[in-house]
Amino acid sequence: MKKKFLGVVLSVAMVASLLAGCGDKEDKPQEDNAATEAPADDANGDAEATEAPADDNAQDEGNASGEEIYVGVINNNPTESGYRTANDKDLREKFCPENGYKAEFVYGDKNEEQISAAQQLINNGVDYLLLSAADTAGWETVLEDAKNAGIKVILFDRTIDAPEDLYEASIVSDMDKEGETAVNWLAEQGLDKYNIIHIQGKMGSAAQKGRSKALETKVADDDNWNIVTQQTGNWESSEAQEIVQSAIDAKKEFNVIYAENDNMADGAVKALDKAGITHGADGDVIIMGFDCNKFALKAVKEGKWNYDGQCNPFQAKYIEDIIKKLENGEPIDEKTVILDEKYFDSKTITDEDIETYGIGE
Amino acid sequence: MDNTKSKGTLAILGSFRQLIIPLVAIVILALFNLIVDPSFFHIAIKENSAGNPVISGNLISILDFGTELAILSIGMTLVTAATGGQDISVGSAMAIAGAVILRVLCGTDSAPETIKAPIIVAFLISCVVAMIFGAFNGVLVSIFKIQPMVATLILFTAGRSIGAWINSNRLPVVSDVEFTYFGGNIPGMPIPTPFFIAIACFIIIALVLKFTNLGLYTQAVGINEKSSRLNGINPTFIKFITFVILGLCVAIASLITVSRVSSMNYSTVAKDIEMDAILAVALGGNALSGGKFSMAASILGAYVIQFLGTTLYKFDVPSAAISAYKAVVVIVLVVFSAPVVREKLSALWKKIRVSKKEAS
Amino acid sequence: MSVLEMKNISKSFPGVRALQHVDFRLCEGEIHALMGENGAGKSTLIKVLTGVYEKDEGEIFLKGLNKAAVIRSPQDAQNLGISTVYQEITLCPNLSVAENMYIGRTKGMVTNWKKMYNDADKILRQLDIPAKARQQLSSCSIAVQQMVAIARAVDMDCKVLILDEPTSSLDENEVAKLFNLMRNLREKGVGIIFVTHFLDQVYEVCDKITVLRDGQLVGEYVIEDLPRVKLVAKMLGKELDDMSDIKSEAMEYKGDGADGVPVYEAQNLQSNAGIKPFDFYIKKGEVNGFTGLLGSGRSECVRAIFGADRVISGKSQMNGRKVKISKPIDAMKNGIAYLPEDRKVDGIIGDLSVRENIILALQVLKGFFRPFSKAQQYKFADEYIKLLEIKTASADTPIKSLSGGNQQKVILARWLLMNPEYLILDEPTRGIDVGTKVEIQKLVLKLASEGMSVTFISSETDEMLRTCSRMVVMRDRKVVGELTGSDLTQSKIMSTIAGGDK
Repeated sequence: MKKKFLGVVLSVAMVASLLAGCGDKEDKPQEDNAATEAPADDANGDAEATEAPADDNAQDEGNASGEEIYVGVINNNPTESGYRTANDKDLREKFCPENGYKAEFVYGDKNEEQISAAQQLINNGVDYLLLSAADTAGWETVLEDAKNAGIKVILFDRTIDAPEDLYEASIVSDMDKEGETAVNWLAEQGLDKYNIIHIQGKMGSAAQKGRSKALETKVADDDNWNIVTQQTGNWESSEAQEIVQSAIDAKKEFNVIYAENDNMADGAVKALDKAGITHGADGDVIIMGFDCNKFALKAVKEGKWNYDGQCNPFQAKYIEDIIKKLENGEPIDEKTVILDEKYFDSKTITDEDIETYGIGE
Repeated sequence: MDNTKSKGTLAILGSFRQLIIPLVAIVILALFNLIVDPSFFHIAIKENSAGNPVISGNLISILDFGTELAILSIGMTLVTAATGGQDISVGSAMAIAGAVILRVLCGTDSAPETIKAPIIVAFLISCVVAMIFGAFNGVLVSIFKIQPMVATLILFTAGRSIGAWINSNRLPVVSDVEFTYFGGNIPGMPIPTPFFIAIACFIIIALVLKFTNLGLYTQAVGINEKSSRLNGINPTFIKFITFVILGLCVAIASLITVSRVSSMNYSTVAKDIEMDAILAVALGGNALSGGKFSMAASILGAYVIQFLGTTLYKFDVPSAAISAYKAVVVIVLVVFSAPVVREKLSALWKKIRVSKKEAS
Repeated sequence: MSVLEMKNISKSFPGVRALQHVDFRLCEGEIHALMGENGAGKSTLIKVLTGVYEKDEGEIFLKGLNKAAVIRSPQDAQNLGISTVYQEITLCPNLSVAENMYIGRTKGMVTNWKKMYNDADKILRQLDIPAKARQQLSSCSIAVQQMVAIARAVDMDCKVLILDEPTSSLDENEVAKLFNLMRNLREKGVGIIFVTHFLDQVYEVCDKITVLRDGQLVGEYVIEDLPRVKLVAKMLGKELDDMSDIKSEAMEYKGDGADGVPVYEAQNLQSNAGIKPFDFYIKKGEVNGFTGLLGSGRSECVRAIFGADRVISGKSQMNGRKVKISKPIDAMKNGIAYLPEDRKVDGIIGDLSVRENIILALQVLKGFFRPFSKAQQYKFADEYIKLLEIKTASADTPIKSLSGGNQQKVILARWLLMNPEYLILDEPTRGIDVGTKVEIQKLVLKLASEGMSVTFISSETDEMLRTCSRMVVMRDRKVVGELTGSDLTQSKIMSTIAGGDK
């Protein structure tokens, strides 16, 4: 009896975890995948979102004519983070019947679930398979099946460990570049001396590695640049708050806070406020964050922060470009497409930017 | 009644022995800091950006940021004592409780100009919700006799999603300045509020343990459930109630955490705090298999963990190595607080004393 | 030819000198009883010998070893040929008999299962133990489990076999079988140390007796030289006249209600523990008992009365008033107290102090929100520690570190403190030394003379005859008779149990 019940409970737990995918934002270190460029992940530590997608199944069979392009989308769970929610929303808005698509969306944060979903979509006879894989390994067989069935595969957001001929293109963020953009911006500020508190993301995640790398390189090269405190805040605001508090308690001199996501920048600012240290456009300390959450962009606009770098979740238009080229028989120039990623400066940001690029509400 | 008195002090000494390990740990950490950098203990009063005086320094930070853990360790101690198992859903439950506070304060707006309900209402509702989730764990453990870790695994997995769902995946920001008092400072009071909340919680639990039989019952149930039942105790209810109490602790801790940044991130808030709370219980020398416990030792254990964390920050331990450093210290502490080692140590101590006596 | 010699052994615990310069000698092919009251140091001596405790002083010599043996762990002891079978079964109930016999003894990683089962079966047959190698241990009776434990020890070529209270949960038949096994082993030259509280058994199988008292050696005797009365006297350190008829000394209760409405009455009471519905009553100041073989349902009856098992039918009345007793707290509120049969599992709360164990029942009765003050708790505890002469370092000592008899006294104190109208004692004297047994029997009669109703259950008919004025006889989980007055004799009880009264 007891055992049986336990079994039921465990399966409930498993289903719950399947549905939940409670945003574990760290992804596995992908050293084994060094060939592929910067696997983008959902490193944005925020769980803010506009709306939960209502329905997973393909809708609208009304005009299922031959004209429609049938796409199957396999994505990670949209509740995982604000970044993912924005990403999903963007895809849904693009691949809808009004734009001439019939789309089927499937979510899973485990590889096995995604692979079996892919098999199903192949059987359903989709024209394109759009894939953001949970894990890099184990996709070869199913992608070969897709290839044999004449289905074209486009990877977005994350790459996989498979021969390049199995997919048409891979659309990813370049985390190294995000870091370089930020560091270049910081260099342009022309401070006499850079004393930086560097709050890192979850150690080993792609976003942390990319965003840390540029800064660490610069600090090593330039004597004027110093990291006074370098610590991981695990994407969490209160940990960042504690780190900055500790730096203040130790009477460290600093004039830049380089936080690898918006939440941690927010926590850092709370610590500065408490100590009465000014920050932002007119303050003593430069605040830098990443991910372009709306609350962060607003803080930039208000001049409380100086800089926010984007990690672009709006990938649908890139995917559509590829699909159009393939439909027209045009060649694809580059297998790996790097997303354009912007940054916002308190001097130049506009309300429009906040509306367009801010994720969450 | 001199006799009674001496026995009373003996009992205090008995429980005091359990306090020694966390106390010694704190002293060692303090000495280490004192030797390496005495400025660690520097405390100053500054003005915050709103122009109010605020006291700051490493010691203050420890008392401030250790609050949530200390409060959680109260509930965790009781759960451990009564069930011989641990609740691993504490962090997830904090995400739920925090989400409820945000939902009540902000409604469906993500950054309202004014709050939609009094803070006390939001807090009370969050208490009720957290206690219901605690009761859910309690029912699984006490009635369905599921291993606590397995039972709480359900909420551990689902909790953060439930939190996100409560606010439809939005991340509201509370603009009300009064809300920041709970995790920050009340204007004019330089000591951080969490410190006072912690003290209040300690006083309440001390009173509860003194003026009710909660301690006796939980220990009896944890040591021998069958026998407790034959003595008229209802073990099912006792186990259940410890989870509800832990739920209340979760709600209080989550109020402080959410208040610190006026917002929260469901997927990272209080991440892994359950492990620290369990560790606090273990550092207090309490058996994780249940039974006898010392509440004060657990609470001290929580502050040891915070002290260690602050020390590591202070000495700029590299991010990649911070967990390793923590692990080493924790292993040493846990080994020393293990009953087997304690016994050996006290035997050794006795031997030394005897030989000294003989020498003189 | 001695196989084991322990010389000048001393061992202290905080506050207690458990052993002081004790010598002990065991010869080949000998069954040697180790006797003493609770707390005399028997267990400590054995634990020193088996490496559970480290001795403070002294030496142990074993045959075949030309220097003092070093025993630091049970494993060491086992390797030196010293095996122990404890009162509580220490095997794994969920493994098979053979697995239990060989667990932890196989060398290397590979187990030859077939050989293991065959070997096991062979040994079981040799020793005439009614168990199969592939049988799961938990499906065997306690006695057989005990024998399996012995078989395991024997098969390890032990030279010294220690049997620590092996008979306390066995019935007569099983005891006889065990004794055969012991004699069998004696023939084979094994030296057996036999620890028991049953005097009859000592005189049935043993060759020699070593008596300990208060951690000191009283002496070693050949069995023929030491009649029972003398043995008891040696154990207690005084001449014993208590063993005579104590009932006649006690005053019978003649106060109010002695012949009126029963204090407690049950009709058609039945629990889910598998007993047939039964009727039962007890009057004020009466001492009665349930008797019957082990497993006849006598414990289950009193458990049903107390609400310890789930009551599925029947009515209960206290003083003529109908009461609902569905769980222990209900019974306690109605003034019923129950000292359970299995002290370790159902009685003590091991890690809690003597004080907390004593006040527990009364405290629960008083209520969750009304704890006793510390001073009050000490007052209660000290009062009963004195009254029942409980041997403990202090009221704050954990109960688990007391000897069995003193633990039992603490549990008794717990229920007496509640001052119940009706006290149920299920095997209160099991595993307890003679002196304490008599004390408890006397106490029962004294309480009854003051108007308390007591139900007394014991495996020893003697004991019940000495205390009870009425006995309910049980067989196969139902009540088969009731004896009073002149019918209360050993032979009458036997015949009723056996079903031969008609």
